[in-house]
Amino acid sequence: MSFQRYDYDVISNWIEPGERILDLGCGDGSLLRYLKERRQVRGYGVENDPERVLACARNGINVIQIDLEQGLAGFDDGFFDHVIMSLSLQAMRNTQGILKEMLRVGHEAVVSFPNFAYWRHRQAILNGHMPVSKNLPYQWYDTPNVRFFTIADFETLCEQEGIAIHERLAFDEDKVIVEEPNFLASVALYRLGRNGSVSG
Amino acid sequence: MTQEQSIGIVVPQTAHFSTPLPLKSGGALAEYDLVYETYGTLNAARSNAVLVCHALSGSHHVAGIDAASGAVGWWDNLVGPGKPLDTGRFFVIGVNNLGGCYGSSGPNSINPATGKPWGADFPFVTVEDWVDAQARLADQLGIERFAAVVGGSLGGMQALSWTLQYPERVAHALVIASAPKLTAQNIAFNEVARQAILKDPEFHGGHYYEHGVVPTRGLALARMVGHITYLSDDAMGQKFGRTLRHDKPVFSYDVEFEIESYLRYQGDKFAGFFDANTYLLTTKALDYYDPAFDYDGDLVAALGRAKADYLVVSFSTDWRFAPSRSREIVYALMHSDRRVSYAEIDCPAGHDSFLLDDAQYHAVLRAYIDNIKL
Repeated sequence: MSFQRYDYDVISNWIEPGERILDLGCGDGSLLRYLKERRQVRGYGVENDPERVLACARNGINVIQIDLEQGLAGFDDGFFDHVIMSLSLQAMRNTQGILKEMLRVGHEAVVSFPNFAYWRHRQAILNGHMPVSKNLPYQWYDTPNVRFFTIADFETLCEQEGIAIHERLAFDEDKVIVEEPNFLASVALYRLGRNGSVSG
Repeated sequence: MTQEQSIGIVVPQTAHFSTPLPLKSGGALAEYDLVYETYGTLNAARSNAVLVCHALSGSHHVAGIDAASGAVGWWDNLVGPGKPLDTGRFFVIGVNNLGGCYGSSGPNSINPATGKPWGADFPFVTVEDWVDAQARLADQLGIERFAAVVGGSLGGMQALSWTLQYPERVAHALVIASAPKLTAQNIAFNEVARQAILKDPEFHGGHYYEHGVVPTRGLALARMVGHITYLSDDAMGQKFGRTLRHDKPVFSYDVEFEIESYLRYQGDKFAGFFDANTYLLTTKALDYYDPAFDYDGDLVAALGRAKADYLVVSFSTDWRFAPSRSREIVYALMHSDRRVSYAEIDCPAGHDSFLLDDAQYHAVLRAYIDNIKL
């Protein structure tokens, strides 16, 4: 899955120089590389796909090959400043478990995901087909995505799980969407914390 | 990419050391020899040296073709021109460890104090002692700092130990199919192997050389136990299954199942060239290795002094040095903010996988090694 520049920029702006970062589902490590260059972070990526692990090794990114569905048992509580999951949450089965784990090992979590209620996706459904778009580039039969949810759904889950939303930015391509994000935004990015924790 | 080639004919060298080497078991080795091989050329900055550490039955003959015997090195698929550890770029060193039986001072070499083979009198040597001896060889070769120290299994323990004993002298450690210490189950396998040797009537308390015999039965049994643990259940099943030599049971203790034939063959072959005392010493070195021991078992604290970058690799079907053991190393290193990558290779061959050339495994090694700056 390709990352857009605005995605990187938003995440980068949420991160202080020199932070400890964990990037879950880090792909070829390009986000971590960007954050290393722009924010001098100390970072590790987590991947379980052999090709992507290899790509990280080629890119000189610290990559840890583990299955995220098994949680983050080896990582200490509060060890990371930010735990990032960029455009991967929809491909995880254990949604609640991983969100809980992210906020256990990190002070804050950064999560982005494609919004299934984006108007073009709704239009596709109205026309009788599963949506295929820039952020959902797969056919129904070959998609790695296993959870299909919207901005509204995600925020309901956060409330239910006691997850504090510190900040949300929604986008249509690289344009920030303020009004009606659940209808007009294709991607949403969140800065999340534990309820009662001090916002960073 | 250069095409992969063999190093060609290689000749071992011997370094003699006359400054006593203090040993962890107490006492010291007054003088000793280390047999080693080198491949490639040390650059002018002396920054491209890589040390390859061997495991239980390995030797200094890592790669190329031995001039005397014609034997191919035990990690020849990894080391050579154009190979993942490219000798066109790196100066690679293989050393036979102290206590070994391939020419370095060990139980089957002559004790200078008595003029007779050391036998059981050769002192206990540890992973840390091996690393100290390797460091002295590095001194002699004019290598202040290794670009990398690489090893699998017991060799991985040496690579890890290098970064703790000489943090300033290692830039990268490649710790493959290894563990921060053995489990009780793992020690148990070693103990069965040792008992097989110790109880062989031809062991003679370790002084069998003087009796002109070799405890081959014990050594073969030890190797058979080892072989079972180096393979995965699946790999063994696939290779041998329940195939019967006579196509039906003949109710005898001779070889019937193919796996029996394989184990006996491997055991006898090994007993024909390896030294039983070396096997005993080396399994004890494995058992004793525990860098966290002096830190109340706290591996994070033990690894705190490391300064190297790491690549840790494990294999999905390796139950002797399971992936979870490699992850212990990885998590402890992350805790100290070390740069570390970890790959878990899906390979069916069990512990032996680390010696094979699985495509993903070698691609990861190549990618990591290519990024080592000289």
